Amino acid sequence: MADTDLSKRDDVRDTDVAREPTVVVDDVHIVYRVHGAGSGKGSATSALSRILSRKRGSGVREVHAVKGISFTAYKGEAIGLIGSNGSGKSTMLAAIAGLLPTEKGGIYTNGQPSLLGVNAALMNELSGERNVVLGCLAMGMTPAQVRERYQEIVDFSGINDKGDFISLPMRTYSSGMGARLRFSIAAAKTHDVLLIDEALATGDQAFQQRSKKRIEELRGSAGTVFLVSHDNNSIREVCERTIWIEAGELIMDGPTDEVVGRYERGERP
Amino acid sequence: MSTVSEPVSLSTPRGVDAGLTAKQLADKYGLSVSGARPGLFAYTKQLWARRHFIWAFATARLVAQYTDAKLGQVWQVVTPLLNCAVFYLVFGVILENKDGFPPNTYIAWLCIGVFVFQFTQNAVQSGTRAISDNLGLIRALHFPRASLPIAFTVIQLQQLLISMVVLVITVLASGITPGRTWLLIIPALILQTMFNTGISLIMARIGAKTSDISQLIPFVMRAWMFLSGVMFSIQDRVHKWPHYIQVICAVNPASVYMDLLRHAFAPIIYNKHQPAHQSLPPHQWTYGIAWAVGIFVIGYVFFWKAEEEYGRG
Repeated sequence: MADTDLSKRDDVRDTDVAREPTVVVDDVHIVYRVHGAGSGKGSATSALSRILSRKRGSGVREVHAVKGISFTAYKGEAIGLIGSNGSGKSTMLAAIAGLLPTEKGGIYTNGQPSLLGVNAALMNELSGERNVVLGCLAMGMTPAQVRERYQEIVDFSGINDKGDFISLPMRTYSSGMGARLRFSIAAAKTHDVLLIDEALATGDQAFQQRSKKRIEELRGSAGTVFLVSHDNNSIREVCERTIWIEAGELIMDGPTDEVVGRYERGERP
Repeated sequence: MSTVSEPVSLSTPRGVDAGLTAKQLADKYGLSVSGARPGLFAYTKQLWARRHFIWAFATARLVAQYTDAKLGQVWQVVTPLLNCAVFYLVFGVILENKDGFPPNTYIAWLCIGVFVFQFTQNAVQSGTRAISDNLGLIRALHFPRASLPIAFTVIQLQQLLISMVVLVITVLASGITPGRTWLLIIPALILQTMFNTGISLIMARIGAKTSDISQLIPFVMRAWMFLSGVMFSIQDRVHKWPHYIQVICAVNPASVYMDLLRHAFAPIIYNKHQPAHQSLPPHQWTYGIAWAVGIFVIGYVFFWKAEEEYGRG
C-alpha cells in the first residue's frame, strides 16, 4: 500500500530534503463559548438573578469545535480543507489567522497569515475605490505602492467591466461583486500564508479562472495557500494536498486525489 | 528504496528535520505563535507604519458619514450650531445665565464650551464603538487595532477644526478682539486631542468586551456635561459645596480644557467671577498636561494589553 503510493509520486527522492515549514498546527483544541445560550436569555429577571448570583456557567454553553488537530504545512504547498458543514474547517482557518484563541495546543506561523473570507466585509458605505485604497493601506502598503497597484486590482476584480461601478458605494454591489473585489484586494499583496474561505465559489466563470491563476502566482512567490471549499473541483484544480476534517477531528491528510476521492465516496479510513 | 512500513504523512518533517516534534520544528524555523501580541515597542512601530491607513480611514469615514444626507457635510457645521441655539435658549434666556456675563459675550462663552465638550464626548462615544462597529475589517485584515480608536479621534479632530471656523466667527461677532492668547489655542487643542485619544482607547477596549456599556454611555456623558459647566458657570455653585467636590470640579478634565480654550479665545470672559483676571491660574496648564500625558499613556498600554483579543469569539 505504502510502496505503491510512494512509487506514484515524483518527489520520492525529495524525502531526504528538509522542507521549510510555514504553518505548524500542534494538537489544537478550540472551544467556543456561547453566551446567552442557556434558559431565560431575554428575561430581565433572569439576567438580574444571574448578575446577583454571580454564576457564570448558567448562561454559557461550550462548543468543542476542533478536537486535537495536528499538521504541518510547508512552503509552496496549496492545501485544501474539506468536510461537511460545521465540521470545523472555517474555525481551523480563523485559528491559523490568529483570530481565535486555542484552548490547548499551539499554532505557529511564518509571518502573519491573512484570512480571505467571503463574509469578511470592508466598509459598505464607502465606494469601491476608497475600499481598495483602505484595504491596501491596512495590509501595510505605502501610498506609493497603492497608487502603483490600484489599476491592477480594479482590472483584476472586473468590477468596471460593465460600467463605472468602482466609484459607487460597496453596499450597492451584488454579493458576487463584493466578494470579487475583496479577493482582488487581499490577493494584491503577497502573503507568506494566505487563507481562503470559499472565495473561489463566488464570481463568474471568468473570474474563477483568473483567481485560480492568481493563487498559482501567489504560491509561486513562496507562500502557502489554504483553501476551504465545498467545491471539490476547485480543490482538485488548486491543491495538491488535502486535509479532511469531520466533527473537529482530522480524518485524513494526504494527496488531493486520494483524499477527495474517498471523501466523495464517503469512505472513512 | 527505503523500507517504509507505514504511509508517509505529508506533515512529517523530512531529511535533517526528521524526528523533530511540532514544537521543535516551529522553533527551529523561527515560527511565531499566530495572533500573538507584539511587544509595546514593536506595536508602536507597526502603528506608525499604518499612519497613512489611519488618515485615509478617518477621511473616508468623515465623508461616508453624511453620504445619505442631501446637504452632505454642511451638517458638520449645522449640528453644533443647532446645539448651541438650544442651549442658548434654555440656559441663556430661560434660566438667565447670560446675565452674569459682559453684554453679548454669553453666546461665545457657550459655543466654546459646547464645541470643546463635544470633542471629548464624541471621542468617548465613537471609541466605545470603534471595535464592535468594525468587526468586518478586523476579521478580514491584520493591522494594529489601535489604528481604529486613533482614527476615530482624528475624525473628531477634523470635525472640530471645521467647527472652529464657526467658533472664530461667533467670537469675533461678540466683539472680542483677537489677542496674543489666540496662540494658546494650538497647544490647548493638542493636549485635549491627546487626552481624547487616550480615553478613546480605554473605551474601545471596554466597549469591545462589554457591549452593554454603549447603553450606559449617553447618561454618563450627559451627567459629565452638566457637572462640567458647559452652559452655566460651575463656579457659581461650587463654593457652597463640600471641599472634596470643589477639588473634583477643579481637576475635572472637561472643565480644565474648556477653561484653557475659553481663556485662549477670550480672556475677558473665561471666568466671569474674575473679570480683571486676564491670565489663567498656572495650575490649569499643569492639570491639562497631566491629564493629556497620563490618560494617553494609560489608554495606549491598556488597549495594547488586549490586542490579540479584539474581533475574537
